[in-house]
Amino acid sequence: MLAWTLYLSFGAAVASFASARCCPAVARWIALLGSVGGLVLGIVGALTLPAGGGLNTLVQVPWIPWLHAEYHLAADGISVVLVWLTGLAATAGVLFSWNLKHRAGEFFGWYLVLVGAVYGVFLSWDLLLLFVFYEIAIVPKYFLIAIWGSTRREYGAMKLALYSFAGSAAVLVGLVAAYALGGATSFNLSTLAAQPVAESVQHGLFALVFVGFAVLAGLWPFHTWAPTGHVAAPTAASMMLAGVIMKLGAYGCLRVAMTLFPAGLAPWAGVFGALAGIGILWGAVVALRQTDFKFVIGYSSVSHMGFVLLGLASATTLGLTGAVLQMFSHGVIAGLLFAVVGRMVYDRCHTRNLDELSGFALARVLPWIAVTFVIAALASMGLPGFSGFVAELKVLTGAWNRFPGWVAVAGLGLIAGVAYTLRAIQRVFFSGEPETAGTAPGHALEPVSLPEKLGTVLLVAATLVVGLYPRLLLDWILPALQTPLFAELRRRAGG
Amino acid sequence: MTPVDYLELALTFSTELVLLVTLGLVLFLDLRGWLGSTLAVRSQRGATLTAVGLVLAGGVLLTFPPVADAPAGSFVLTQTTLWVKLALLGLSLASVLLLAGSEITEHVGEFCALFLLATEGLLLMVGAENLLMLFVALELSSLSLYALTALNRRHPDASEAALKYFLIGSTAAAGTLFGLSLLYGLTGTLQFSLLTARIGSHIGDPLLWAGLALTLAGFAFKVAAVPFHTWAPDVYQVAPGPAAALVAAGSKLAGFLVLLRLLHAGLAPIPGTASGLPFQSGWMPAVALLAVASMAVGNLAALAQTRVRRLLAWSAIAQAGYALVGILGPTTDATLAVQYFAFTYGLAVVGLFGVLEALAAAGESDEISSLAGLWRRSPLLAVCFTTFVLSLAGIPPLAGFLGKFFLFVAALKRGQPLDHLWLVAVALGFSVVSLYYYLKLLKPVLVADPAPEVRPLPVPRLLALTLVVLAAAVLVLGIFPTLLLGSGTL
Repeated sequence: MLAWTLYLSFGAAVASFASARCCPAVARWIALLGSVGGLVLGIVGALTLPAGGGLNTLVQVPWIPWLHAEYHLAADGISVVLVWLTGLAATAGVLFSWNLKHRAGEFFGWYLVLVGAVYGVFLSWDLLLLFVFYEIAIVPKYFLIAIWGSTRREYGAMKLALYSFAGSAAVLVGLVAAYALGGATSFNLSTLAAQPVAESVQHGLFALVFVGFAVLAGLWPFHTWAPTGHVAAPTAASMMLAGVIMKLGAYGCLRVAMTLFPAGLAPWAGVFGALAGIGILWGAVVALRQTDFKFVIGYSSVSHMGFVLLGLASATTLGLTGAVLQMFSHGVIAGLLFAVVGRMVYDRCHTRNLDELSGFALARVLPWIAVTFVIAALASMGLPGFSGFVAELKVLTGAWNRFPGWVAVAGLGLIAGVAYTLRAIQRVFFSGEPETAGTAPGHALEPVSLPEKLGTVLLVAATLVVGLYPRLLLDWILPALQTPLFAELRRRAGG
Repeated sequence: MTPVDYLELALTFSTELVLLVTLGLVLFLDLRGWLGSTLAVRSQRGATLTAVGLVLAGGVLLTFPPVADAPAGSFVLTQTTLWVKLALLGLSLASVLLLAGSEITEHVGEFCALFLLATEGLLLMVGAENLLMLFVALELSSLSLYALTALNRRHPDASEAALKYFLIGSTAAAGTLFGLSLLYGLTGTLQFSLLTARIGSHIGDPLLWAGLALTLAGFAFKVAAVPFHTWAPDVYQVAPGPAAALVAAGSKLAGFLVLLRLLHAGLAPIPGTASGLPFQSGWMPAVALLAVASMAVGNLAALAQTRVRRLLAWSAIAQAGYALVGILGPTTDATLAVQYFAFTYGLAVVGLFGVLEALAAAGESDEISSLAGLWRRSPLLAVCFTTFVLSLAGIPPLAGFLGKFFLFVAALKRGQPLDHLWLVAVALGFSVVSLYYYLKLLKPVLVADPAPEVRPLPVPRLLALTLVVLAAAVLVLGIFPTLLLGSGTL
């Protein structure tokens, strides 16, 4: 049933494109149906998986016989968690784009292609298939930003597309090399992981594939596409970008680079741990200096993704669990933050400058927005009770034995994170003059709409539930890390 | 000498004969019967008749496949050549349909006749088993294509481009002929199979390497590989759409497959190495060099283009580089990969020329900026254009992705697993570069709003149908490549 998440998304995408000519107004309903359907299918499908968090094959049929490539979809607990994240983010994205009128049919069409491709990546067990879905995701991102974006949209879109494509080219070189070294007989992830190539070769290929994927995860210093891309993107797209697309990269690092080349991590762990630590601090410090509200959030994403990479580089079970949990957590929180900035604030005030926003005194006029942002900000700062706390704590404890120095740097990053978040809250919501409330630029602000409220509730609930009861996800993630796929990695981490 | 059995000869060449009969018919009808009609009607009829001829030829080929000739013969028909001939007829069919209703040339009959002659040359070229036959067929197709290039009344520069094409082409052909004669002088045979058997004993003879290099030149010209590419931008820009499509699609498909056969069958004993040290001369280093040069020059030059057709020409040069990478693979893999790549690439390119013809017929220039707002002016053209360009860029699930992927995997399969990884890495690196200019083409089509005064763009029904079929084929073959190549394993 999980496989239907992606068929439903692609089907809805076709329907949405088709509606562009006749009835663009129904496109958002199609998109809502597609994304909610994906979420429901994801949850029900996961609960009916025979092996639970272990490896479940969903479909396996020959695809390109002379290369031995198969149409092979499978899910383990990690896939399930990320499929849920995709469903949540996609649904929220549609809700926060409910007011979109410009070329709506095409917008939701591209959006759903993106969603479908993301499901495809998370569910592919054949490396060629995984790569195909990974590539499919690039083009919709470009058009979503270039057509519906704002600030320097064409630059941001092109930069994002080229970075993604360059990363995926590096990945492909590594993948075909692994395939050729494996005797060109299989693209099956389990098969290839079970017959690792010579260690000296692994060192090079690991770096290539890991960096190729990590470009999309915002690995410093290859992160620069992220802030410009996020800022230029329309709300739903930046929610997907920061919320889910960056996780594609991290997922690729974990699922492909680390399992195919388990011996490759050892010589590079220090380097990637360092880059992750630098990324955490760098993103936070740069966010502290921004005057554009959306750039604050954009850089905060780089910082938070650093935790994912730090957890991955540690390669301990605790660190990996934390990394996957952080993927989910940041996906939800970043979605919420971008929704506030892009939809709730910018669509009403038509500015994202922190100082100009203070004039609107949003906290008094539209308290819903302020409350939402404060909740999201608390979650983002890693307060106990929210998912970010559990995830980042796990990453830091998991990484402590490996790189205590970089954990300390990450700790500094956390402090800087509190600083930039509080700064943004204070500037935007709590520094306006009460008497000018809402009237300053001379127009009444549109009240918060029902879809916005629904989207907010959905995402806040997700981060709270996981924060209060992390076992909900851990029960899926831990069995997945115990599967044979990660056996070699576990062995090396243990020894 | 054995007496010639004319009936058997006619049966062997029944496909080619159908094309010749069509050629005569369309020439005669256009000169005699259709004179009173308008140009649009004449081109409609000419294109339809030519299309019918091509379809019939395909039917004949499928119904009466000639018996495979003995190794001593001049022509062969194997499973591969049968496939390639059908693919060629398909690409020619799609290309000639672009002529329907067009007013691009007054010489409709001659155009169709030359078009058929060029196709005929390509068909013969694919089946040739004898170096001399190969050369004659190569020249037949080339000469027809030179003439077709000039038949464009919209462009006063057409004859200049045709002359350029002709001069470069005949120089390359002279080189090839000289190269072939050297090979003949060394081995005393013109047959591929005998060549294979005898060439091994001449390794180390400088004449062999001179012969190889000169022979390669002619084919590098045919597929527009650097440094024999300089004709391409001009020809792409001014040739009439259907002719440009044939040059870019059919002629390339035939060129790649014949080159592959020449290298893998005729010159199989002297591959050499393309994987660094220890260096060993042979055709592989030469092809690798051509590939790298084509990818580099084509992709970098394409970045600077402002005209759609010139951009396509440079991108075609780059794509020829990718195909040459695939040619390095082991024979079966390389053949499969090049077949799939060249055919699906051809589909996309013919489609692109179709879209450009529709724009040109509406009086648009071929500046990239004139594509602005196509999504509003004609959603159909915009969707098709996007599909074709994304396929060229190698974006899945369109066929261009698997095309390139097959080529790279094929190259990796020869020798040690990582011998040719450097070439694949170079090719993938340049693919990233290419994404920039392909997106630059798509930006005006999908992103920009049209200028306020422009009108919707009408698309003739037949052209619309052709484009939709081509776009669907690019998508479907990209998802189900087994439809094209069968589901056998290697």
